[in-house]
Amino acid sequence: MSLSFLLLAVAALCALSFYFGRQRAIALSGGRYSNLHSLPAHYGMYVALWCGLPALLLVIVWHVFQGSIIEAMIISDLPAEITGDTGKLSLALNSISLIAAGNGQHLSVSPEIIDAGRRLASLQTIANAALVVVMLAVATTGIALSYRKIDPDMRARNNVERISRWIMITCSAIAILSTVGIVFSLMFEAIHFFSKVSPLEFLFGLEWSPQTAIRADQVASDGAFGAIPLFVGTLLITLIAMAVAVPVGLFSAIYMGEYASSKFRAVAKPALEILAGVPTVVYGFFAALTVAPFLRDNGAILGLDVSSESALAAGLVMGVMIIPFVSSLSDDVMSQVPQSLRDGSYGLGATKSETIRHVIFPAALPGIVGAVLLAVSRAIGETMIVVMAAGLAANMTVNPLQAVTTVTVQIVTLLVGDQEFDSAKTLSAFALGLVLFLVTLGLNVFALKVVQKYREKYD
Amino acid sequence: MTDMASLMEDRAAAKVISDNLHKPVDWDSPKIARNIKKRYAAERRFKFYGLSAIGIALLALFVLAGSIGSKGYSAFFQTYVQLEVTFDAAEIDPDGTGDPAVIGKANFDGLIKQALRDRFPEVTSRQAKRDLYGIVSGGASYDLRERVMENPGLIGQTRKVWLISGDDFDMLNKGYISADVDEGSRRLNDEEIAWYDSLKSDGAVEKHFHTRFFTNGDSREPELAGIWGAAVGSLYTLMVTLALSFPIGVFAAVYLEEFAPKNRFTTIVEVNINNLAAVPSIVFGLLGLEVYLNVMHLPRSAPVVGGLTLALMTLPTIIIASRAAIKAVPPSIRQAALGLGASPVQTVTHHVLPLAMPGILTGTIIGMAQALGETAPLLMIGMVAFIVDIPGGALDPATVLPVQIYLWADSPERAFVEKTSAAIMVLLAFLVLMNGFAVYLRKKFERKW
Repeated sequence: MSLSFLLLAVAALCALSFYFGRQRAIALSGGRYSNLHSLPAHYGMYVALWCGLPALLLVIVWHVFQGSIIEAMIISDLPAEITGDTGKLSLALNSISLIAAGNGQHLSVSPEIIDAGRRLASLQTIANAALVVVMLAVATTGIALSYRKIDPDMRARNNVERISRWIMITCSAIAILSTVGIVFSLMFEAIHFFSKVSPLEFLFGLEWSPQTAIRADQVASDGAFGAIPLFVGTLLITLIAMAVAVPVGLFSAIYMGEYASSKFRAVAKPALEILAGVPTVVYGFFAALTVAPFLRDNGAILGLDVSSESALAAGLVMGVMIIPFVSSLSDDVMSQVPQSLRDGSYGLGATKSETIRHVIFPAALPGIVGAVLLAVSRAIGETMIVVMAAGLAANMTVNPLQAVTTVTVQIVTLLVGDQEFDSAKTLSAFALGLVLFLVTLGLNVFALKVVQKYREKYD
Repeated sequence: MTDMASLMEDRAAAKVISDNLHKPVDWDSPKIARNIKKRYAAERRFKFYGLSAIGIALLALFVLAGSIGSKGYSAFFQTYVQLEVTFDAAEIDPDGTGDPAVIGKANFDGLIKQALRDRFPEVTSRQAKRDLYGIVSGGASYDLRERVMENPGLIGQTRKVWLISGDDFDMLNKGYISADVDEGSRRLNDEEIAWYDSLKSDGAVEKHFHTRFFTNGDSREPELAGIWGAAVGSLYTLMVTLALSFPIGVFAAVYLEEFAPKNRFTTIVEVNINNLAAVPSIVFGLLGLEVYLNVMHLPRSAPVVGGLTLALMTLPTIIIASRAAIKAVPPSIRQAALGLGASPVQTVTHHVLPLAMPGILTGTIIGMAQALGETAPLLMIGMVAFIVDIPGGALDPATVLPVQIYLWADSPERAFVEKTSAAIMVLLAFLVLMNGFAVYLRKKFERKW
């Protein structure tokens, strides 16, 4: 009930205050709207904004902080032997939240934990009730204050417009906020990770086996966090994907742009675009259950030993996925080459293909390079195809018939399931994420620059 | 010195050219004819490469669609087995109370097992009996109970009843398990196949339309697993995504296109939007995990968190599409409104936005379609849990359609392959519908100014 009910309540209050604010303005105008500075609806909106905005902000801020404050309160009441050990603490917190949700009957835990669970439940109830009360108080205060300000001379429209301008600025700032959020959340955990594993070992180590012992007496490898095998695997699969996507995408773009009749284009272009709209999980399923067995069986006929999770299968399917991306981008670029260049070439007696190869393609080359770089960044960041069709073992190989693993696959396998935010194993996923983010960002910025520069050249 | 040498070379080259220029070209010479023939051949080859590139892409599309379709169509039908079930009053309702609570607790599973033993009285060994019970799904007893609850008059009678079959039996009936394969390497032994043949010759094996696939939540038993739970989870997730990304996206687009001064802030916002559009989706998952789960302590696996994460992802798509739509509204509209005394905000809300709305909605639908197909970020925030219940709200643990596909694709049972393909078909159907609607909107409201 809580959140959606609260939001509905805020909306209802806003509607009410709009109505009353408008009525008040009409009453004050004495029947002649021209006595008012603004339209009656502006006065209504003014009151509604003063009611809704503070209340909405309160609900958001409250929900951001409620969880961590309550958790801090619970932890402060737990005995030191639990809070001293992070592993024990996360286990205890888990059971406490289970008990609080009423699902803890089967747990065999100490009475302190059960008490804490009850306390958590009561704290949550109190917090929710308090939120409702505070929110109503804030909303009514807002209504009362703004309602009293209504006056035929008040500049209601200007006020409303100023507020809405700030709302719009805030919305635009969310784009910056999410970038900042990405950078900070990745950096924060990655720094944790690098305090356990040296960045040099991470970036240049040749062995990747993140399974560390959770308890001291457990038999497990010590954990090696050399990410080079992952980078090699990612590059190998990207290379295979590009070997499919670049020639096919480029030639389809050339044919669509220079040769195809408009009828053919009307059918073929949307059909190609379908390839871009298919969800990646579908490609992953296709790679794992159709392409990989096909390659393995045919490889066996040829006497090749193809792994059932080969880099080739994942790369080929990823290439198919990226074809429309390459083709639409390079189509854009080539259509921007000025007609005069074409006419000049035809005038000298060149055939169409000679014009394309010797005039249009070189002229469009920077743009095409940009498009290919964007496609590379796509391929590096692609997750589901490789999770489903590439392997988990970090083999250091450039043989496309063997299983390799990629950065994204490792992020998924490290973070799906139980997570402990104090083990190097979990944290390494964030370090990998940071590398992924920086590399794709660099590629994108560079590619966009190239494309832009090229655009200016012919504008 | 080198300058001198290159000058001499240039002079020599110029002499060759000028000598040749004085000679008229013989256009009919065999050399020229050969050359033109070669060039035309190159032209045809080049054109053929282009055509075959498109052919390859379309072929890949057909193979993809064909392989999903051929694997998945059979999942819409399910094998049912007809058995003669005795609704034994002593088992179901020994005291004849007719009380639904008593009937509900009766051992319907036992009735089905009894019916199977009656049908194949020759089965005696413990192992063979266990195999025998596998013919009927574990979920059949719930169906039977519902039937009796609805119609208590059945108690004490013997009726022929269609019961949902187990997954291996279903696979055998659909031809995915071949009786010709060596016994050791298939899921069913010879005895089980003999039972199947016997039932089949009685006409007691039939395929019915599998409504359960559309109404059930997830299950470990392939024949009971359905996509409704995942579909509802997707719906809640998309609702949260839309509720956040649409207003924020439109506001941001309006500001950037209509009000923003050209300053540092605006440039940073624009650069950020372009870059966010190209950040890998899994990075948004890491952001969601860190910010929403670790810092804000929102519930794991909940559609709210999924929606919040996807909202950040779809935001750039919506902003870019909305800006394009707003830009396409001709300035004369704005000038007319301003000239009649409207304020800039009124101009935008009364004139520019309504005219740009079809374009904005098209972009939004396309963004939502992307969000519907997105998997990777949702894996990060724990939407991969095995969830049987249909989620009742945006805070309940849930999964979404693409994640359900991923989970089923990972399941070892043969029967999940067809379920996965069928779920993919459902997902693609939704995507086609959404994109089709977007195209319709664009075609219907497209204006040439």
